[in-house]
Amino acid sequence: MRPPVLDLADLAARIPDGALLAVAKEPNAPMALARELIRRGAKDLHLVTLPTAGVFADALIGGGCVKIVETSGVSLGEFGPAPFFAEAVKSGAVEIRDATCPAVYTGLQAGEKGIPFMPIRGIIGSDILANRPDWKVIDNPFEAGGDPIVLIPAIRPDVAVVHVSEADRFGNAWIGGRHELKTMAHAAHCTLVTAERIVDHDLREDEAKAANLITPIYVEALAEAPGGSWPLACPPDYALDPGAVRAYASAARQSARSGGGEEWLRLLTPGHAEAAE
Amino acid sequence: MSAETNPMGDVKREELLISVIDGLLDGARHVAVGALSPIPGAGALLAARRSGGRVTIIGSDLPAHRMDGGVELFDMAAQGRVDGFFLSGGQIDGQGNINLTGAGDYPRGDVRWSGAFGSAFLYFQVPRVILFREEHTRRVFVPKVDFISAPGASEPGVHRPGGARALVTGLCVMDFDRARARFTLRSVHPGVTVEEVRDNTGFDFDLPQSVPTTELPSAETLGVIRSEIAQTIANPYPEFAERVFGVVRKAA
Repeated sequence: MRPPVLDLADLAARIPDGALLAVAKEPNAPMALARELIRRGAKDLHLVTLPTAGVFADALIGGGCVKIVETSGVSLGEFGPAPFFAEAVKSGAVEIRDATCPAVYTGLQAGEKGIPFMPIRGIIGSDILANRPDWKVIDNPFEAGGDPIVLIPAIRPDVAVVHVSEADRFGNAWIGGRHELKTMAHAAHCTLVTAERIVDHDLREDEAKAANLITPIYVEALAEAPGGSWPLACPPDYALDPGAVRAYASAARQSARSGGGEEWLRLLTPGHAEAAE
Repeated sequence: MSAETNPMGDVKREELLISVIDGLLDGARHVAVGALSPIPGAGALLAARRSGGRVTIIGSDLPAHRMDGGVELFDMAAQGRVDGFFLSGGQIDGQGNINLTGAGDYPRGDVRWSGAFGSAFLYFQVPRVILFREEHTRRVFVPKVDFISAPGASEPGVHRPGGARALVTGLCVMDFDRARARFTLRSVHPGVTVEEVRDNTGFDFDLPQSVPTTELPSAETLGVIRSEIAQTIANPYPEFAERVFGVVRKAA
């Protein structure tokens, strides 16, 4: 049984309102899918980011799609702060669950192993921990006494989403060297893949690629979406579009400040960015 | 300071800071450099060139900086395979606590920053963390951070091989004593006075008997920074390399 190849709107329809949605930091952010969710008016998403996020999360927040963000940081990197994220956290429109990068990985690793939690070093004494009642501290049971250690509960996203350069019609998605994308897919109940291209041959036949695939057992459905990460990068096909991200950052800043305007969304629509310049 | 008596000579501030960081990483076997850190990255490259260590710059496309996905850096750090790392903060206090999360009452404070990133983990694991923040003002160096993204010191019994070694700013270098959770001024940059540092620091710190001036890089070191290091740091920091060193960008 092969996962179906759908059009983008039908793929997005498989993300129900209120879903626990996992997405990895860029590159490979499924921006075309984000636009589809915003267009649909998706609501109450609980976003968990691996381990941080940028334009993808900021735009979904700007589009009013997000209720909870679980993240180690949301930033537009060299293009500045994430305007909708910062505003939504300050206003309380979005509930923030601050994490630290390896803790997100640890929760997903517990999720992929089907175990309830996994320990992690560090974090003790931080206000991150103080604000995460779902994280526990125990004494290392293998020591005679003391040695406190943090436990992170397993994260099992309802849906994980990713945009890749290449997928095949059997449902394999090639993720290059980003092995955390496999962890994300393994931990999630299902994964939705968008791809620059969906090829006819089985990617598992190529030994070099076979080691770096999300395999069909995890993939619920795929959609072909050329330019699906724009304005962010999708290596090796294209790099980030600095002009477009800068334009988004500026418009989003204005919109977040004034509480209105959809210029930022127009700027995120391929083919419309040029008209604004 | 007046232009005709510029104590920096032809040395740019960025070059001085790169040279300071180089000195602090003496003997480090492996230094990792996080996002948005061109000066720390250049300093780490310079130290590695001098002492034969490794550098991993997150975000660089160069083969030597490749890692096994996003998880490996943290696993390496937890095992003690990363000797040096850099952290910063929207606020940093006198106990070495850093705040990358936001100013005011959490979570709905006055300013929300991006978030803690890996700090709450790496600050515990990496033995030689250098706190780096160019802006040296009372806005940044506060008596007490509003939110502890990562603590400067830990209770006895908490597993903590890592912590801050020093603080490098646009005005000075301070050493951090982890046992006392307290900074001591190590040197002031050329043209900067101790009073200026004190006036711009919101926390109390210790002073040595006499405060030396931060040493300028030698002509030889400057030559290396401006050629080899400038070329390498252009990936992933082309804008920095162009602005500071005039490295011409390669066509895409």
